[in-house]
Amino acid sequence: MLEVKDLRVSVEDKEILKGLNLTINPGEVHAIMGPNGAGKSTLSAVIAGRDGYEVTGGSITFEGEDVLDMEIEDRARAGLLLGFQYPVEIPGVKNVYLLKAALNAKREHLGLPEIEAPEFMKLVREKLQFMKMDSSFLHRSVNEGFSGGEKKRNEILQMLILEPKLALLDEIDSGLDIDALKVVSEGVNSLRDAGRSIVMVTHYQRLLDYIVPDHIHVLSDGKIIKSGDKSLALELEKRGYDWVIEEAAQ
Amino acid sequence: MASQEMEQLVRREYKQGFVTDIESDTAPPGLNEDVIRFISAKKEEPQWMLDWRLAAFEQWKTMAEPDWAHVDFPQVDFQAVSYYSAPKSSEDRPKSLDEVDPKLLETYEKLGIPLHERAALAGVAMDMVFDSVSVTTTFKEQLGEAGVIFCSISEAIREYPDLIKQYLGSVVPVADNFYTALNSAVFSDGSFVFVPKGVTCPMELSTYFRINAENTGQFERTLIICEDNAQVSYLEGCTAPMRDENQLHAAVVELVALENADIKYSTVQNWYPGDEEGKGGIYNFVTKRGECRGDNSKISWTQVETGSAVTWKYPSCVLKGKNSVGEFYSVAVTNNMQQADTGTKMIHIGEGSRSTIISKGISAGRSDQSYRGLVKILPGAKGARNFTQCDSLLIGDQCGAHTFPYQEIGNSTAQVEHEATTSKIGEDQLFYCRQRGISEEDAVNMIVNGFCKDVFKELPMEFAVEAEALLNVSLEGAVG
Ligand SMILES: Nc1ncnc2c1ncn2[C@@H]1O[C@H](COP(=O)(O)OP(=O)(O)OP(=O)(O)O)[C@@H](O)[C@H]1O
Ligand SMILES: [Mg+2]
Repeated sequence: MLEVKDLRVSVEDKEILKGLNLTINPGEVHAIMGPNGAGKSTLSAVIAGRDGYEVTGGSITFEGEDVLDMEIEDRARAGLLLGFQYPVEIPGVKNVYLLKAALNAKREHLGLPEIEAPEFMKLVREKLQFMKMDSSFLHRSVNEGFSGGEKKRNEILQMLILEPKLALLDEIDSGLDIDALKVVSEGVNSLRDAGRSIVMVTHYQRLLDYIVPDHIHVLSDGKIIKSGDKSLALELEKRGYDWVIEEAAQ
Repeated sequence: MASQEMEQLVRREYKQGFVTDIESDTAPPGLNEDVIRFISAKKEEPQWMLDWRLAAFEQWKTMAEPDWAHVDFPQVDFQAVSYYSAPKSSEDRPKSLDEVDPKLLETYEKLGIPLHERAALAGVAMDMVFDSVSVTTTFKEQLGEAGVIFCSISEAIREYPDLIKQYLGSVVPVADNFYTALNSAVFSDGSFVFVPKGVTCPMELSTYFRINAENTGQFERTLIICEDNAQVSYLEGCTAPMRDENQLHAAVVELVALENADIKYSTVQNWYPGDEEGKGGIYNFVTKRGECRGDNSKISWTQVETGSAVTWKYPSCVLKGKNSVGEFYSVAVTNNMQQADTGTKMIHIGEGSRSTIISKGISAGRSDQSYRGLVKILPGAKGARNFTQCDSLLIGDQCGAHTFPYQEIGNSTAQVEHEATTSKIGEDQLFYCRQRGISEEDAVNMIVNGFCKDVFKELPMEFAVEAEALLNVSLEGAVG
């Protein structure tokens, strides 16, 4: 599904990713952990195609295609969705309008006609309910005045509607209360599927109790320095990162 | 013969030939008394109207162009402008859409303008397309039954001289500024609306219904009067780019609202802005003012400005009546080399008068835009209130946005609030939308339309939809 090879990325001449390797197969759920400033958000931003990052080496392929050559929107239409660590507010643009535009962009890419209004509303209502969101969210401006947790739910709502092939969820658990964490996790779990992959960036083991990953990676100083199964998260929770970093240095 | 003498001779001949030649369709360039007499005669105006124009001309000659606006353009040579041209005859117009510039048609299509309207807008001879007369007639009948007068100002001068004498120039004095004096001397045509006591105008009035009736573009003069408890909503302009060979436009619009009257005036202005270098665009110097004369009266201006190379325009409200209300909602878009200095004035005279100003400026390309607003509260306007919000959105880094708010508060019971923001169209917002699969252009449109939402919702429904489409077309190519 996703193949990151020896990726090197700089921002303003400062190297942030320093030869990063990551392979995600269809149906897998991966968690990426690591200290603040390690480059986790940078990795997801570069995969999604955000401006301002210079790729100085390596490659990223998504379903065999070189994504570094693709526009941001083309990557999205091909099935890549980024759940933002800090979802952006867009004043005056109704949430429902963004959802519909996004869904139709995907449908167009698949050669489907625009979705009919009743069908769309039915779909949206169902997903809203699933996310335990009030329908008033549809008519509010995108993320404007949403609480931190509401923004994160809104990200998952979009994901449920767009059904990406690969979801990169950046700290989707931060700022969530316990109930919201459950709802968000259920949202993500509902999309787990043999053909779909999920990558979660998180700082907390707690999320991984709800969404159990197949693989866990530690990203430190621009590289993946250790990978393991879900037990690694427990160990990290107990012992912190220092030992991994030391181990990697040897 | 010395060249000077030669010139004089030519001019004399010219002058004579011209005055007698009332059949001529276009006045030669230049402005003098004879030209004004010619215009007045063409319109079969009574003597008093001609006298009014001539007095305005005398005033104008003593005045100078305002130079305080934040715009920069070559000096206009007022003697090089032609001040009258009759509507084009059918022979001169394109016979069908096949003869119209395909680029213009492409724009109409993007704006979703119906086919038959495209033809009218492109200046195709109407009788070849469809019979506009019948549309206008049914329309007039309905208005007549309600007692509403809606006609061209020329017709009103002939048919309703008392109303014209009473109200023309009563809100915008002839000598208000250089351009109003000019307009008063040479105004070509425009609309006249009179809604009598207690009448709610049964439909929205639109200049569209008279679009090809007269050539009103250049020095438009519009007068709208709402008597006690009367109401009207008036739509000016249209979203389609208008063909016009005249570079200089100086319109005057006057609104009068008597007790409890309510006037809503919506404008979509999309005059030719010139090419990417700003060449050939229209200079639009407009004076629009409404007077809330009666208690509890209300005047609301809503404008969407996307056209013109240079815009100088401040639709204003004079709030004389007790508890009268003035509103100004504006979206101004400048792209490429366009310049706009626009805003409003709210003059509070009446006790308890209230005003709201919402201004949204969008600058793209190498354009430059200024908001200039005055809130003036006179000592007698006890408890007056104003709320101003003025936001600028910049697209790209070569454009400019400026804000010039002026406040003159004459009493301590008044409340004035001013909020202003300037933001660049967010890279973050664009990335977010594009990450959801939305193309960059659609994302820009979405964000910009969202930014303008508070103004668009004041527009009559069908105008609002057109205005959104217009914004998208105006900003085409602004990003990327
Ligand atoms: N636009 C930028 N300009 C300058 N430095 C940047 C920029 N973006 C990222 N960086 C730097 O790159 C490093 C990695 O940042 P990144 O956001 O990827 O970290 P992270 O692993 O997601 O951290 P966190 O756990 O705190 O979210 C940091 O040192 C950060 O300051
Ligand atoms: Mg991060």
